[in-house]
Amino acid sequence: MPFAIPKETYNGKINSVTVGKDANTVSLGGISTYPFLGFEGQSQASIPIALEVWNSAPLDWPLALNELYGDVYADPVKWALTCQDKYKADMIALRLASTHPDQGDTSPEDAAQVVKQVLEAIEVPLIILGANHIEKDAEVLKACAEAASGYNCLIGKAQEKNYKTIAAAAMAYGHYVLALSNLDINLAKQLNILLTQMGVKEERIVMDTMSSSLGYGLEYSYSVMERVRMAALKQNDTMVQMPIISDVGIEAWKAKESKVDEAAWGDTHARGILWEATTAVGLLMSGSDALIMRHPEALKQVRKTVADLTSVEG
Amino acid sequence: MALTGIQIYKHLPKTNCKECGFPTCLAFAMKLSQKQVELEKCPYVSDDAKALLVEESAPPIRKVVIGTGEKLLEVGEETVLFRHEKTFVHPPGITLLVEDTLGTDELQKRVKQAQAASFERVGQQLCLGLIMVQNISKDKDKFVQTIDVTQQNTDLPLVLASSDAAIMEAALEKTAGLKPLIYAATEDNYEAMAALAKKHACPLAVCHSGGLDKLTELADKVVGQGVNDLVLDPGIHSLGTTVAYLTQIRRAALKKSAKGLGFPVMVFAGPQGVDAQQEVLRAGVYIMKYAAVIVLRSAENWQLLPLFTLKQNIYTDPQQPLQVEENVYKIGEPDENSPILITTNFSLTYFIVAGEIENSKMPAWLVIADVEGMSVLTAWAADKFNADKIAKVVNTCGIKEQARNRNLILPGAVAVLYGEVAELLPEWKVMVGPREASNLPKFMKEQSV
Ligand code: B12
Ligand code: SF4
Repeated sequence: MPFAIPKETYNGKINSVTVGKDANTVSLGGISTYPFLGFEGQSQASIPIALEVWNSAPLDWPLALNELYGDVYADPVKWALTCQDKYKADMIALRLASTHPDQGDTSPEDAAQVVKQVLEAIEVPLIILGANHIEKDAEVLKACAEAASGYNCLIGKAQEKNYKTIAAAAMAYGHYVLALSNLDINLAKQLNILLTQMGVKEERIVMDTMSSSLGYGLEYSYSVMERVRMAALKQNDTMVQMPIISDVGIEAWKAKESKVDEAAWGDTHARGILWEATTAVGLLMSGSDALIMRHPEALKQVRKTVADLTSVEG
Repeated sequence: MALTGIQIYKHLPKTNCKECGFPTCLAFAMKLSQKQVELEKCPYVSDDAKALLVEESAPPIRKVVIGTGEKLLEVGEETVLFRHEKTFVHPPGITLLVEDTLGTDELQKRVKQAQAASFERVGQQLCLGLIMVQNISKDKDKFVQTIDVTQQNTDLPLVLASSDAAIMEAALEKTAGLKPLIYAATEDNYEAMAALAKKHACPLAVCHSGGLDKLTELADKVVGQGVNDLVLDPGIHSLGTTVAYLTQIRRAALKKSAKGLGFPVMVFAGPQGVDAQQEVLRAGVYIMKYAAVIVLRSAENWQLLPLFTLKQNIYTDPQQPLQVEENVYKIGEPDENSPILITTNFSLTYFIVAGEIENSKMPAWLVIADVEGMSVLTAWAADKFNADKIAKVVNTCGIKEQARNRNLILPGAVAVLYGEVAELLPEWKVMVGPREASNLPKFMKEQSV
């Protein structure tokens, strides 16, 4: 008796979101199966990966990253071009870290200026990220949305307490909203509802359901994303059918295991890269559609794994 | 899947003779479904019904035990597809492959290294599950000798790999009583391999790389030979195809739609040509996607640490975070003047903080507050790790009797609680520690001078 392949029937689909300008666009989502199950529907063909660039020199990045980017820390434009040209990032994620009141408190105008310069220099799409400060992010992202008018960027992260200003600015200048919620499917859905009630189109929202590092809460992120995908694909809940992007680098490089010399843990350099790559693959297997990373070698490894995952023998 | 009382009742005699000690057959069936009584208590169940009930109530994925003694590996018995539905049961055995062509020195080095590769993380000891010895040489003596050297250097259970039944026979004589996994029964040799598995009471791997049709068929044939402890190997394919197979096998097993697939599955993460990083990432995918035995070619510590951590993450209970008890913990041998620190009872938090205090080489008291196993910031956001809670724990945990100094170090992440805590604990000098525990050794040294 031949084996009957047990296939899942899906009732919904993840929205396809295309960011960027002219010929230089990148698409997220658009799939209709659980991660990488091409035998039963449209699964990921590729995973867009952004490399992270800051508008100021980071003080707490480890040696493995300082070695690579130390020379360009002072110049976000050069840094972004390095990521695009040398390390082949699909997108650039510009984090406006120095706008945080505790990390320089630089002005929204200043941030907008950097956004403009980076956009004029690069070709790949840009993700514009605040410094994760509720009030300040709203001000900063508003100014940056205007400066980036016409470039179809992804901007955020909009949260429960500041989404109104950020979403209004995104709509006014033609951008996409990156909506952050806290490891809870209901909170993720609630924020999407609030955004759509304001008039943001469903196809213009990308979710971040909160990433955590391998060893530091990955399992929570993993299960939340699996549940979000179930609701989106099985129950056809349109309010969670937005593609998911995971902010991997910021979490993975916080972990001690990615950067501390400890003889019993083996080579620090190789371990750090693998810590970021393993975190990324964990998030991909549970439902992430795109990644923000830091180390180009980790990016390369994840790309290889994705290529291998999407290659299915007949 | 477990049967309901009603489903069981249908197969009972329905005479209500009470000999089982229950007033009715239905009452007996209900107790059976709750596994509070044995089927044998009813003398009148027919053999057919008995066989049916046993089969129906068997777990959808058979439990298979590899090895003996303290380090034996249990795999199988999984009941769900997604970890949020119910905890995944048996973490996979991460396996190092060694070949019988290595040469004694290299072999010894690798096996010793594998045996020693062990990390303590969040209170658990994480290590390799198995060592697989592969007969590449086609030489019986070489294989047996390699097994011998391997055994002398490890107490991990073994997988013995040879396609030649005569060579396998010799190897099994060598490992008598140790229950290694025999790898593998194939189309060509399954009768001989099944006979060996039966004779030596060992679990048997069944390998067919021609698709799940063929694999099911072969597994059925091996079961037909009287061997029931099987591990399935769908062969070496692209990662995408292997994930599809693993998913299909798990689904089919849980639905019991294909008999030959209700067994744990093994995969090779590092076939020739896969680099050391990719090997780990592939193995990681297999941990998440249902593999029970994952074979690696290289097992350096920088590869194993991320992999073991992922295994630990995926196999934790999704409902109940790992927790420690509310109490005062001694780190080192603290005396009445040693520093006093406080944090939450989330195991991860506790072990990280305790580890960093150890790194400081300064004995200390660590006060743990029960906040239902939440991290510092999560508990703070949930209003569980607040000033009231901190004051209460400090006053009731017994630290006041054990230590004479009154310096309390708060986690830097909850610096905002400083004022309130200081007010509630007037006889204490409250201090805010660093945000990251990794800065604790430096902080503690500075405090002591
Ligand atoms: C996993 C997680 C959860 C899990 C719970 C995990 C758990 N068992 O605690 C779940 C999904 C349940 C959860 C829920 C919530 N969470 Co949560 N969660 C996280 C996440 C991703 C990781 C937390 C973690 O495990 N950290 C690892 C542990 C080891 O960290 P830690 O305990 O803080 O310990 C470190 C330091 O504090 C220090 N340290 C610890 N003790 C001590 C002691 C001393 C003396 C010193 C010096 C240092 C020190 O050492 C450790 C390592 O450096 C964080 C974000 C992040 N990436 O950190 C958010 C986070 C903590 N959560 C947050 C929030 C808001 C919530 C919710 C309120 C969300 C909601 N609205 O429902 C709920 C609250 C829970 C509830 N109501 O039941 C916020 C807190 C915001 C804030 N800063 O105020 C965070 C920071 C995310 C964010 N940026 O918004 N969460
Ligand atoms: S002994 Fe068997 S037949 Fe008699 S009441 Fe119990 S279950 Fe029914």
